[in-house]
Amino acid sequence: MTTIPIEVTVNGRSRSLRVAPQHTLLDVLRDDLALTGAKECCLVGECGACTVIVDGSTVDSCLMLGVEADGAVVTTIEGLATGGRLTPIQEAFLDEGGVQCGFCIPGQVISAHALLQASAHPTIAEIEEGMAGNLCRCGCYQQITQAILATAEAGRR
Amino acid sequence: MRSFAYSRPATLAQAFKTLESGGSDCRLLAGGTDLIIRLRDGSLQPTIVVDVKRIPELRPVIREEAGRLTIGATTVMSEIAADERVRRHFVALAEAAAVVGAVQIRNRATLGGNICNASPAADTAPALLVYGAQVVAIGSAGSRRIPIRDFFVRSGETTLRRGELVMAIELPLPTQRTGSVHLRRTRRRGHDLASVTLACLVDAAGVTRLAFGSVGPRPVLAVDSSGVLADDAADDDAKGAVLEELFATASPSAGSMRASPEYRRAMLRVLGRRAVGIALDRLAGGGAPG
Repeated sequence: MTTIPIEVTVNGRSRSLRVAPQHTLLDVLRDDLALTGAKECCLVGECGACTVIVDGSTVDSCLMLGVEADGAVVTTIEGLATGGRLTPIQEAFLDEGGVQCGFCIPGQVISAHALLQASAHPTIAEIEEGMAGNLCRCGCYQQITQAILATAEAGRR
Repeated sequence: MRSFAYSRPATLAQAFKTLESGGSDCRLLAGGTDLIIRLRDGSLQPTIVVDVKRIPELRPVIREEAGRLTIGATTVMSEIAADERVRRHFVALAEAAAVVGAVQIRNRATLGGNICNASPAADTAPALLVYGAQVVAIGSAGSRRIPIRDFFVRSGETTLRRGELVMAIELPLPTQRTGSVHLRRTRRRGHDLASVTLACLVDAAGVTRLAFGSVGPRPVLAVDSSGVLADDAADDDAKGAVLEELFATASPSAGSMRASPEYRRAMLRVLGRRAVGIALDRLAGGGAPG
């Protein structure tokens, strides 16, 4: 099988990899880099469980080929906490009870993080729009919204 | 996913060469939000995927020059929705781009990809139709401009010739005051395709342009030059009759899981009336500068 060399920065670390063209960024993260935070779920860009940040923008990593990430800067859920310290939005998810089963949460947290980076004080409508690409089957939407509001109010994005 | 070769041309010449030798075994990749789903489900099985995002002429740039706004083919929906010039002159396009999928999709999905995929439900299509957009296509024989109303054939099929790429989409800057809007019906915001997607533009001369998608094999433009729709004094029955005429070409499929033909036709009327009203309000409120 032909593989293609790519250079990608993942969570601050430069990686040189060879990837199969048909492998998605999600495949590369999970299978080649053992970063299993981003989840494979709907595979059609509806659920957001595979959300990561590529060059500053959230994307569904199941809808992007690994080779397309050549030269990109990628942040996954594993890249948020540093030195064992959670980020404020991660803390807020815990404080507000925004997590039940946890499966969707890496994607939820990444989207919430990106939303707060783009807008320091999002309105409820902006939060709903910004989080519309992340489905939670446990139904924690209220708590997740609350976690984002609380983080924004504390000025701790 | 079935295996394929990946090609990332850095120039148009390289792209043409690949397309020429690969022929129908090639599929173009821009944002990938439609293509990758179809590669995975096997409904498309190309042997070569040609990623056009590194071709300089297709780059995601929006520029204003020579009386028009030119949007590079690989410009993503988020950028279009946020662009000040698009919002000022072509608000229905900004509104349409803002409701494509959810933010993760809008950060990848491109304008060129949206029109080349030629889904009847493509949200940007009605807006491009009411604004009289031109598609700038380029092939090894040179470039040409295709009026957007001549671009769509049916789902997945356009009038692009074999070996041609969409380089950019051009929108003529308005020369008079206009009011415009994009509206849609969908089962669930942020996820589903539109059951009806519609754009309306009214100009100061009283011409109303309505374009609609998801109600037939391709998005369609209909124009009311009689002035009735834009006339505040015209009675409701007269407006209704004009709308019926404009919507006569709608032929929603009975086989869709998304909405019945009856529902789509009913919603077309509702959205049509609502859109004309909003476009007129915007025209009265200043509209886009001439």
